[in-house]
Amino acid sequence: MAKTKKQPEASAIGAISKTLTGISGLDEITLGGLPTGRPTLICGEAGSGKTLFSIEFIVKGALDYNEPGVFMAFEEKADELKTNVASLGFDLDKLEKEKKIRLDYVHIDRSEIEETGEYDLEGLFIRLGYAIDSIGAKRVVLDTIENLFSGLKNEGILRAEIRRLFQFLKSKGVTAVITGERGEKSLTRQGLEEYVSDCVILLDHRIINQISTRRLRIVKYRGSVHGTNEYPFLIDDEGISVLPVTSLELNKKVSSDSISSGVPALDKMLGNAGFFRGSSILASGTAGTGKTSIAASFANATCLRNEKCLFFAFEESPKQIIRNMRSIGMDLQKHVDKGKLEFYASRPTLFGLEMHLVAIHKAIRKFKPDVVILDPITNLITIGSVSEVKTMLVRLIDFLQTEQITVMFTALTLNNIVNEQTDEGVSSLVDAWLLIRDIENNGERNRGLYIMKSRGMKHSNQIREFIITDKGLDLVDVFLTEDGVLTGSAREARLLLEQTGEIIHEQAISRKDRELIRKRKVLESKIDSLRSEYESAEEELNKVYVEEALKKQIMGDTLSKMTDLRRANVSAQEKSISKKGKK
Amino acid sequence: MGKLYELRLYVAGRTSKSVVALENLKRICEEHLQGKYSIEVIDLLEKPQLAEGDQILAIPTLVKKVPEPVRKIIGDLSNVEKVLVGLDIRPRMTD
Repeated sequence: MAKTKKQPEASAIGAISKTLTGISGLDEITLGGLPTGRPTLICGEAGSGKTLFSIEFIVKGALDYNEPGVFMAFEEKADELKTNVASLGFDLDKLEKEKKIRLDYVHIDRSEIEETGEYDLEGLFIRLGYAIDSIGAKRVVLDTIENLFSGLKNEGILRAEIRRLFQFLKSKGVTAVITGERGEKSLTRQGLEEYVSDCVILLDHRIINQISTRRLRIVKYRGSVHGTNEYPFLIDDEGISVLPVTSLELNKKVSSDSISSGVPALDKMLGNAGFFRGSSILASGTAGTGKTSIAASFANATCLRNEKCLFFAFEESPKQIIRNMRSIGMDLQKHVDKGKLEFYASRPTLFGLEMHLVAIHKAIRKFKPDVVILDPITNLITIGSVSEVKTMLVRLIDFLQTEQITVMFTALTLNNIVNEQTDEGVSSLVDAWLLIRDIENNGERNRGLYIMKSRGMKHSNQIREFIITDKGLDLVDVFLTEDGVLTGSAREARLLLEQTGEIIHEQAISRKDRELIRKRKVLESKIDSLRSEYESAEEELNKVYVEEALKKQIMGDTLSKMTDLRRANVSAQEKSISKKGKK
Repeated sequence: MGKLYELRLYVAGRTSKSVVALENLKRICEEHLQGKYSIEVIDLLEKPQLAEGDQILAIPTLVKKVPEPVRKIIGDLSNVEKVLVGLDIRPRMTD
């Protein structure tokens, strides 16, 4: 971050100018580095990292800011120093040859030295002056000047000369770092802080619960605003990184983009979209509920979108996770091979919380992921209290949100109060909270998932049964009956039962239908026979009628014949015939 | 007593301390090491690069290179006894 600024910013009138150290994080805390042209005291106990701090100041100056530096060691031999810092990738020999740095080892052996009468330390001044001039040094480190006190007896002379030395450094215009061993009551054993009044930095190395944490504090910085907290710092294979405790300003960018959780059914529950980019998600549940599977699924989805995911595993090794996820149809190895997925596995007890935070920060800055997964955060509680973990997570979430990185935590809930507190403690920080619960019923254990909260989006309020199959994760609707929520085989049984019922019902319906048809047939045949009966009755009736008519006609004929015979009247005969025709 | 003493006196300019030291040294040598010594005076203002080689911090410093072991005596050499002990002419006191 600091490296982008090659030159210290032009200082305002009256404000002191500063020199960037190049030490990751320190320049942020000091708001620009150490005071230019003045000595700074770095004090701390043995093994607190003073020497490393100062050598990094020199090396970064030479490499990144084109400021040559002199490192004067009163403690370690030049060879030892070179070996020690070679493990950090600093090649002091090369830098020395290029005249970018100069190492001078001051050896004081009391047994070799006899003191008699007046003397001064002009020899040291000349040596230092010569070293500075020979490479045009802008930075100087004296590590640890207090060793002079063990080599020389005359304290009065020493004190006067050290005072003069600081004046000398100022007159040379070099930005100097002087290291000092921490005393019991004062910051340094020999009270060096009296001489260095501009900037004092205290390094601390504490062991809490058998876990060591390194911290840094700026005790004073005359004429400058600076962070006053204790800042954790980490020493690893790349040197020192200090973690600035970022101010919790709630004015970060927010995104309304959403990204898939990797489980389509879960996305559906989350307003058909998934999680917001840059949000924080908590997946909590009891042991064996599939929290890691959800996390891995999210990671998988991220990589499939061609984005980068960083997976912090505090419980399982990366190989275990990859193997386990393969069994549910996720190939994480291919993402690892492509460099889309990176695992960062460490035992929580490896170092303190602060250190974890620094390490996480560093890994994130290096890998620049789109999604970060921490699995599980509850393991961190083994090394810190609930409130400490919460503070750490606040800082982490804060950092991630500034970087627009989506983060998913998993948390183990046990059925006791302490951990429920954890849940609640963390839950207020996160944007979305998935809760996976065991539903014990009917002699089996099933997983139920629901969304406790999801800020800023419509989400389902239903419990879904969470199923892990060899093809992946899925959520299915649970059965709601008068007996309550049914899951697992009870749900299946219910489903079967309903299916059986339907078939029986269908059967019943078709039987009734057939009977109806039969009845109709019977009725129809009855109707047929009635009709034929009717027809025969009608025929009978007709027969009588025809006979009657016939009889009448015959009788008429006979009558008219009789009349004709009697009257022999032709016209009357015709009339009666036409009447017959009309009938 | 055939040992030859090679002595170097480091000074920084002609300060009163260095003048006193050189005078004291010459006197002690004449008294105790007559004919068996050589003195080289090195002015660090002229040759600052020599300070590192002999691990010089204090001024004035007398370095006895030969005979071994190497010894340094710092100060104006006003205490004759201490100088003699430093040059291994007198046995070292154990207090």
